[in-house]
Amino acid sequence: MNKLSQTLQNTVAAATFATLLLITGNARAEDTIKVGVLHSLSGTMAISETTLKDTMLMLIDEQNKKGGLLGKKLEAVVVDPASNWPLFAEKARELLTKDKVAAIFGCWTSVSRKSVLPVIEELNGVLFYPVQYEGEESSKNVFYTGASPNQQAIPAVDYLMNDLKVKRWVLAGTDYVYPRTTNKILEAYLRSKGVAKKDIMINYTPFGHSDWQSIVADIKKFGSGNKKTAVVSTINGDANVPFYKELGNQGVSAEKIPVVAFSVGEEELSGIDTKPLVGHLAAWNYFMSIDSTKNAAFIKQWQDYTKNPKRVSNDPMEAHYIGFNMWVKAVEKAGSTDPAKVQEAIIGVEYPNLTGGTAKMLPNHHISKPVLIGEIQDNGQFLTVWQTNTLVDGDAWSDFLPESKPIIADWTAPISCGNYNTKTKKCSGQNYK
Amino acid sequence: MTWQSCASTLRIFHAEKENMKPNFTRCCCCLMAILMLLLPSLTLSEDSANEAVYTAALARLNATSMTERSAAIDQLAAVKAPRAIVILQALLDGHLFNLILENKLVIGTEIDAGYKLIDAKSGQDLGIAAREATQKINLNNSLRVSLRKTLGRLQLNANEAKARMNAVQAIAKDIDSESLALLRERLVVEKDVGVQDEIRLVLGLEQLNSTDKTERLGAIDLLKDQANQEVVNRLNALQDQDTEGQFAETDVDVRNYAKAALVKINARLKVYAAIETLFFGLSLGAVLVLAAIGLAITFGVMGIINMAHGELMMLGAYTTYVMQQLMPDHLGWALILSIPAAFVISALVGIAIERGIIRFLYGRPLETLLATFGVSLFLQQTVRSIFSPLNRSVASPEWMSGTWQINDFLSLTWNRFYILVFCFLVFALLLQILKRTRLGLEVRAVAQNRTMAKAMGIPTARVDALTFGLGSGIAGIAGVALSQITNVGPNLGQAYIVDSFMVVVFGGVGNLWGTLLAGFSLGIANKLLEPVAGAVLAKILVLIFIILFIQKRPRGLFPQKGRAAES
Repeated sequence: MNKLSQTLQNTVAAATFATLLLITGNARAEDTIKVGVLHSLSGTMAISETTLKDTMLMLIDEQNKKGGLLGKKLEAVVVDPASNWPLFAEKARELLTKDKVAAIFGCWTSVSRKSVLPVIEELNGVLFYPVQYEGEESSKNVFYTGASPNQQAIPAVDYLMNDLKVKRWVLAGTDYVYPRTTNKILEAYLRSKGVAKKDIMINYTPFGHSDWQSIVADIKKFGSGNKKTAVVSTINGDANVPFYKELGNQGVSAEKIPVVAFSVGEEELSGIDTKPLVGHLAAWNYFMSIDSTKNAAFIKQWQDYTKNPKRVSNDPMEAHYIGFNMWVKAVEKAGSTDPAKVQEAIIGVEYPNLTGGTAKMLPNHHISKPVLIGEIQDNGQFLTVWQTNTLVDGDAWSDFLPESKPIIADWTAPISCGNYNTKTKKCSGQNYK
Repeated sequence: MTWQSCASTLRIFHAEKENMKPNFTRCCCCLMAILMLLLPSLTLSEDSANEAVYTAALARLNATSMTERSAAIDQLAAVKAPRAIVILQALLDGHLFNLILENKLVIGTEIDAGYKLIDAKSGQDLGIAAREATQKINLNNSLRVSLRKTLGRLQLNANEAKARMNAVQAIAKDIDSESLALLRERLVVEKDVGVQDEIRLVLGLEQLNSTDKTERLGAIDLLKDQANQEVVNRLNALQDQDTEGQFAETDVDVRNYAKAALVKINARLKVYAAIETLFFGLSLGAVLVLAAIGLAITFGVMGIINMAHGELMMLGAYTTYVMQQLMPDHLGWALILSIPAAFVISALVGIAIERGIIRFLYGRPLETLLATFGVSLFLQQTVRSIFSPLNRSVASPEWMSGTWQINDFLSLTWNRFYILVFCFLVFALLLQILKRTRLGLEVRAVAQNRTMAKAMGIPTARVDALTFGLGSGIAGIAGVALSQITNVGPNLGQAYIVDSFMVVVFGGVGNLWGTLLAGFSLGIANKLLEPVAGAVLAKILVLIFIILFIQKRPRGLFPQKGRAAES
């Protein structure tokens, strides 16, 4: 091997090692409780996930200021799975076996969660997953603090159908498990509401897609008829920026064809000029613009922590906020960080969310949330135009897909199962599909 | 007082002009404000008459409920006064605020220190307020639509033809008998041909609902030459059948006439669609060519497999970002200046890579590949450390956003159009450099026969460095173009490196024309396939096609000929 490439290789190896040391080497004291943070700090998902890492560090820092947990200090173990799905599993294994963390907070995309799932079940860890997802899953070891489809997608479609009188639907998404499953559920739901097949257009694009010309032109054509058309977007990651840019450039205004997005929050909008996007919609369970004292305090804390008075907060951050505090409460209740004890103690734990309600951990490992629909304003914030009166309980298995209709998840005795078939009265065990 | 405020408003107006940030709505607002202030007597008399209505409406506008706000808009519109229009326009433009402490509505113009305020009710100048002291009066979509329509009605008699045109279009979105009467009145006195046509179109569409058969036939006659989406929709609707097989249009003659008109329109639509697809393909091709053309020099002419090529583009894109940060008020100039800046920066980095690494590895392609891949990771991480791993937002100047609306069915986006033109310019320039300059001559000589060139006294080492620098610099320029259409982030380069190699290999290594043709044909092929197969499958199909093509013609579209190519 050449001398030069050898040196290069060595340097890279040394640099990686040094970074690892820096991250994990702090405070090696025995009397700490370790908390794993598993979010991509590089790659295509870094745009969304870096913020969550910082949120976790802030929450842990705050808990330590309050005196830690069970008399011990909390210690964050941050690893970078680099938007590389198999690496998520590797890093999760490392966190559980090498660092022996009490709980992991992490993942964004569903592929990363699916990749971590077998590891976390094998080693009986605890994972808090903070992002809205497609449902059809409930693991003993995972707590889903983001929205399931009935807490985001279905109410959003209802809003479009009832309030905006939308008759034609474009379901546009990135090509992976979350958009595909969500669109399957949505299509079944729309068909059950009497929407004809020709009035539904489904489109998938790869991660990081940047040439949206013809797709936006197609959407424009599809929506040019007499029927009111809306786009339901499950486009994920940084592909959203060129998508919205193209919408703005081709003059697809929200008044003509509104786009309701499930993965675009304040953070993603802070990277684009929102003037042409005013009026497009997003469905979430939290908006930064929500007027509540808890939210104001949270935003102030976040901006002080990041030393950036313009830093925005978003929905998955709130999910981590709720999830982390529920975990703290459960550990205190159980008097131990032992995963088995925490899993039992956390069911039924309540914690106030930032929008003025109280989230509750349900037996199916999902939480109750309000559903909000907001319109994008020119300052990159959302104006709430519709919201549910009460909190909605997360439903793991969609009632709109025939195969998952009879299935429920209940992790309390006597069922204690993530996919219990109420018809055959059988628990079919987990699947990692 | 009045003069003072007037002068200050004018000052802002001038300052804006100097800033070269033309904001027409804001200027309009200012002009209207000036007008208002110049006519104090008129406003005063109105005040006494409509004072009560104003006060009530403004209070309701300030309420949080959207229904209240909507009622307030109707109330304000009912007072047909210039100031109501100013307030409504400000509301639509997002310039209407609530001054939190005093709980009163103000119209604000954005300046550096916060907002320059004018009292909405009296038109009084209120000085400057900090951003935090105000709260914007928000709108939702349905309110925005109705507000546009209301404003349209109020502005139907505006002085500028453009304002009237907008007014007619806004009214057309949601037509009712009152609006129709207004439009008919306007048509009698309207002088501008464009506005006349627009009104006739709206009236013609309405005429389709007439109970008289000849009226309806006349309407179709009038409409059939219009390239308008609404016309197509309405003519299509005439053919609709309800569940019992009853046609929406009862008369057979009208139906057939509409059908004939539709056939003609549809034929035109097909042509437009083809032009659009061609444009999309060309613009995607332009991006590919821009990305690949630098590689065509380093890989094609010099034979270096440079995996860091994408990162050199990324550097160009980040240069644009930095330039915009340095000149936040002159986005357009920043973009234009970024072109030479990006060229220089990427070229320097390229030369450094060549002198520092690649020159030790000539003739060992595998090691060059690995080393340059290492360099690409290094560059990515450097950018990540300096600019953060998050994407940076690069704004588009005004002249690059929006569309060139040829008619209702055909519109081309400006940013893609400029990139297409830019691509041709870069290509022509590069061709001239290679053909007509001394460097170009030396480059070609070294590429054809290195030893012979050396024997002729050409400093091959220097030429190598300069050629690599040229290719890298072009990559930097491509980065500037990419910053306008995609995310500027550390991964920008990776997304284009594979495509770039594909284009160069498909076009024929060492041939610039081949690269150009390959880029455009791949772009068009992609866009032709995309509607049929979807974005993912289209890419796969193109890739398979290239693999098969390379099997048949291993040297690409335009293979190099001669002895040099054989070795």
